[in-house]
Amino acid sequence: MKVRVDVMLKNGVLDPQGEAVRHALGSLGFDGVSGVRQGKVIELDVAEGTDEATIKDMCEKLLANTVIESYQVHM
Amino acid sequence: MKAAVIVFPGSNCDRDMAVAFERAGADVTMVWHKDTALPEGLDIVGVPGGFSFGDYLRCGAIAAKSPISASLVRHAERGGYVLGVCNGFQVLTETGLLPGALMRNANLKFICRPVDLKVETSASDFTSGYNAGDVISVPVAHHDGNYTIDEDGLAKLRGEDRVAFTYAANPNGSVGDIAGVLSENRRVLGMMPHPERAVDAMHGGTDGVAMFRSLAQGLVTA
Repeated sequence: MKVRVDVMLKNGVLDPQGEAVRHALGSLGFDGVSGVRQGKVIELDVAEGTDEATIKDMCEKLLANTVIESYQVHM
Repeated sequence: MKAAVIVFPGSNCDRDMAVAFERAGADVTMVWHKDTALPEGLDIVGVPGGFSFGDYLRCGAIAAKSPISASLVRHAERGGYVLGVCNGFQVLTETGLLPGALMRNANLKFICRPVDLKVETSASDFTSGYNAGDVISVPVAHHDGNYTIDEDGLAKLRGEDRVAFTYAANPNGSVGDIAGVLSENRRVLGMMPHPERAVDAMHGGTDGVAMFRSLAQGLVTA
């Protein structure tokens, strides 16, 4: 069973990499991009029947640093 | 003083840290990350700089879950001393022993040069060899040293005099120019600059010596 976890910097945490991407888009002539946030997607292959609570536990303990990051689990 | 330095795959400042402790008179044991126990009777554990586990996932994140790290956390919770430098600081925030997190440098560049640090407090066994307000020169070498913490956390650090060092000229975007922070019991220090790379005239400076010397003296009498 595939599970996808999206990890993003929390709102309010400055994202210097996203800013750099935004500037690069601007220099390519893409106007009107007012913000870019860069995160990561983690795909897990887990045993059938693994519950969401277990995935969230993985996120809390390792996959995300909840000091600066938020996560979303897609079962 | 009995010290251990943890070695993760990708650590590259472990021997420098061991030398700095040894020169201060410490008996140093190197400990591999897969070991599950630290040596008996340790005064201090060094968590060195480098690129543990290739900085995969987040800097320090995998190292913080290594088998040895559970023992490291227990050592700190028992009141043991811990010095985390650079990647070691990242590991300590990932274990939760120190608050906040270290993000990509604001200018996105890897910064490798000596920087001036202001000693913010001499009230710890790490910094008692300096005077508050002293400016010392210590090298930095990092890509992810941009310290971040929420406003409440920052106010708590400042209120409890737990900011150990600040940058005289902020190189990486750290909130409050913070270069190093202490734990609540002042026995865990994490810092991005490398005091162990400033302990010999051939390093270009010796401003890190006072830290290892004061630890050696403080922990002997403790």
